[in-house]
Amino acid sequence: MLDSMNLITLALTPPLIAPFFIYLFRNNENLRDAVGVIGAFISFYATINITSGILNGTEYNLILLNIFNDLSLSFRVTPLGAVFGLLCSGLWILAAIYSIGYMRGNNEKKQTRFYVFYSLSIFGALCVAWSSNLLVLFIFYEFLTFATYPLVAHKETDESIKASRLYLGILVGSSLMLFLPAIIWVWYSVGTLNFTDGGILQNNFNPNHASVLLFLFVFGIGKAALMPLHWWLPAAMVAPTPVSALLHAVAVVKAGVFSILMIICYIFGTEFINSSGSGIFLIWASTITLFLSSIIAIRQDNLKARLAYSTVSQLSYIILGGAIATNYSVIASVSNIMMHGVGKITLFFCAGAIYVSAKITKISDLNGIGYKMPLTFIAFSFGALSIIGIPPFGGSWSKFYLLLGAAQLELTIIILILAISTLLNTYYLLDPVFRAFFMERSNDIKISHHPLTVMPAVCSALLVILLFFCVEPLLNLIYLIVGKI
Amino acid sequence: MIDFSVFQNSLPALQVVVPLLLAPVAVLVTIPFLSWLIALFGSIFCLYSSVSLFLLVSEFGKINYYMGGWLPPYGIEYIIDDASAFMIVLISLMGVFATVYAYQSFKSEINKKSQSKVYGMWLLALGGLLGLVTTGDAFNLFVFLEISSLSSVTLVALGSKNDKRALTAAFNYLLIGAVGATFYVIGVGLLYSITGTLNIADLTLKLSELTDNNSMKAGISFIIIGLMVKAAIFPLHIWLPSAYTFAPSAVAVLLTATATKAALYVLARILFTLLFNADEFTIIILQWVLLPASIVAIFFGTIRAVFEKNIRKLLAFSSLSQIGYITIGLTLGTASGVMASFIHIANHSMMKAALFMGVGAISIQLKKNIEVIDLQGLSRQMPITSSCITVVILSLLGIPLTIGFISKIYLLKAVFSHGNWPILFIIVLTSFLALGYAWKMIENIWMKEPVTTTINLKDDPKIYIPLIFLSIFNILFGIYAYPIVNAAFSASSAIFWKAV
Repeated sequence: MLDSMNLITLALTPPLIAPFFIYLFRNNENLRDAVGVIGAFISFYATINITSGILNGTEYNLILLNIFNDLSLSFRVTPLGAVFGLLCSGLWILAAIYSIGYMRGNNEKKQTRFYVFYSLSIFGALCVAWSSNLLVLFIFYEFLTFATYPLVAHKETDESIKASRLYLGILVGSSLMLFLPAIIWVWYSVGTLNFTDGGILQNNFNPNHASVLLFLFVFGIGKAALMPLHWWLPAAMVAPTPVSALLHAVAVVKAGVFSILMIICYIFGTEFINSSGSGIFLIWASTITLFLSSIIAIRQDNLKARLAYSTVSQLSYIILGGAIATNYSVIASVSNIMMHGVGKITLFFCAGAIYVSAKITKISDLNGIGYKMPLTFIAFSFGALSIIGIPPFGGSWSKFYLLLGAAQLELTIIILILAISTLLNTYYLLDPVFRAFFMERSNDIKISHHPLTVMPAVCSALLVILLFFCVEPLLNLIYLIVGKI
Repeated sequence: MIDFSVFQNSLPALQVVVPLLLAPVAVLVTIPFLSWLIALFGSIFCLYSSVSLFLLVSEFGKINYYMGGWLPPYGIEYIIDDASAFMIVLISLMGVFATVYAYQSFKSEINKKSQSKVYGMWLLALGGLLGLVTTGDAFNLFVFLEISSLSSVTLVALGSKNDKRALTAAFNYLLIGAVGATFYVIGVGLLYSITGTLNIADLTLKLSELTDNNSMKAGISFIIIGLMVKAAIFPLHIWLPSAYTFAPSAVAVLLTATATKAALYVLARILFTLLFNADEFTIIILQWVLLPASIVAIFFGTIRAVFEKNIRKLLAFSSLSQIGYITIGLTLGTASGVMASFIHIANHSMMKAALFMGVGAISIQLKKNIEVIDLQGLSRQMPITSSCITVVILSLLGIPLTIGFISKIYLLKAVFSHGNWPILFIIVLTSFLALGYAWKMIENIWMKEPVTTTINLKDDPKIYIPLIFLSIFNILFGIYAYPIVNAAFSASSAIFWKAV
């Protein structure tokens, strides 16, 4: 049995050293592509062990070195981090397999560079998940931004270069101009940046300034795509689909909302959020975002752009849960990190599979294609239903708890908006499925499957159902956070 | 048999005298390679002596060395304390890197007949700068200021082989530098007329007795303006962009890493050590002269760099804004602000030296002043140089795990504890704008296909070895920040009387 330090090392090492092997085997395609999958399995094995250890009450720490006097480059697995870590490393397996299919089926160039940075991004996301203090979180938050840059700019066309500039500009700009000053503010007023159960600001920070600080944090974390900082996410869709699937539906954007939840739970503390009233503006900001982006999503004809706006909307569900800051709403947020991650990666896997097989990117072109690729579209509908929140799919749990949380604080208007937004979700996510199965196609189209693009989609679609029935361990993990808050 | 303890005790003098004495030898040997070896030996000796002085000082405290045994206030005194030890280690370390780099640079970038003479100037510049930061005598300081300026003017002018504009750049530098030096010496003269002493420690004592003396104020103002010219603080920076652009690559490396930094150090010394009893006057200088100047410098430098096409000029404008960050740390007038400045002095030396080396590696091969488009597709032709440049650019942007981040954190923290919100905002805003010029280079290096002019470029180990070292430093000290942070802390305590 490995002890706590070694398990963290075991989970973090594969994505860190995989790039060396990928580069080493750059002339042998099969060997190179296998590296990512093997690394993903090792990492996932370690993460599963860590998570079960957390459930049994074990502490996981890894201290590398001291950066400053009282701040160390160290990792500590919180229950929240365990959820995010599990999501990243678990879906990495599927995405690693999927990207082999996608990259080969699509004949993309510079595949070695792609795999190198793909793996580094996972490393960044895992480090964000398990960071022990705000500084480490910030360090790997930025690391993640720069590691994903080459992936966004991958095609090297003018369009993708422009998109990657926007991507970098918004993410780095917001983090430098708002996030970093906020961290320094906390550091200066409290003297520590460690994530502590119940928060560190209570009694150490002027409650009247708490709203400002929270404002700096949530808008400084551009990865959470709160409006008006959401532009980068639709722009980043120029990246190859495996990137959109794992990074811009799971790792990067979830790193954003995860950071906000960490700050709410372990820096502010939910009590302080409520007693200082600093969450109120965030409730409204996230509600507006989730509603507006649902409306924008309806108007998108490009499938990936529609999914991107759907992601923006779902991220705000998660932030909303954190802003309401009751037990139920935190359960909703944390579970939605998992549920939306699995659901959305399914949708993107399908979108990529459609592109590889039929070269279709527009929703209006999907008419009648469903019978030619039934598995893909069934998987798509599973993912969509989960995100909408219909039982028996995983996402229904988080919607249920979010409504409970909102009801607890008697936020009637919010509940109303959530209901309308769910209707919109239903429309824009099921629209492609409807077109594919029930509308006539005017011209014929040639389909060329690559099996490795369909298989992961089916797996994650099954996972969506599994998450509905086997939600117990996940809820137990979340109770550890809620209980401790 | 040489008595080793005499040698040890004379180190404060030797680290200045040895490079100055080696300078004529390097000229006389007339074989470029031998001259280079002599210069290399001189710089390594300086590194050895400065490191051993640094260790001595951090263990036993301040060292006062009396030239020729003449006691101050009449004799010339050399003072090695935590602050000047910090500076000599920095200068001589960068000196070694620059000298290693210099051989290839000079071989292709300057005329054949100057190739061994240049090392004489090189050693003079190095010795002058080391003397500048260690001397405890106001007039002796002027001498070193002139030695280092005149030799660097000559070095800049030697860039005329590839681009004749180096001559006008050098002439500008000479004229403006001469004005600066004159201002400095006028200031020293005024102070001498009221105190009758040139020893800085003695001056400090005597000045503290005079509270509201106009000659003193005039003298100090002259001195500060003179130093602002040397340190290239806005609006007295106009010599800097063209000097950095047209000088041979190695000279740009040396100047950016050491010359302005030494002047900034002397400025900090004057502001906080010499003026320790003239609070009001210091605050006027800090708040109404230095602060606006640095804010404008930061904006001006960053924005000019964003729109600049010539890479060396771009880097020069970036230096201008980075010097602004350093002076902002000084204007806070707190120990933590001065500490942040020291950290950034060291870190910026390492970043900019590395960048000029990397860019130089290309211009040495192309034999011209390169522009941003010449970087296209560099990652294919020169992967190692490209990677190093990328690392250093990230560091310049202040990305975590690099030294730039350490600088930024400490500067922001210092500003924060001072409660100066607008400045905080300016710093974070401009550090975001810096992305505009930095990313131009990265995009061209990595995301573009090579063009015909750049198709024959190759990595050259003789050039990239010092570059690799500096890039590693950029990351190493960004993760393991203790050495620089601790040294900067002691340096700021030494320089800042309130902290003592």
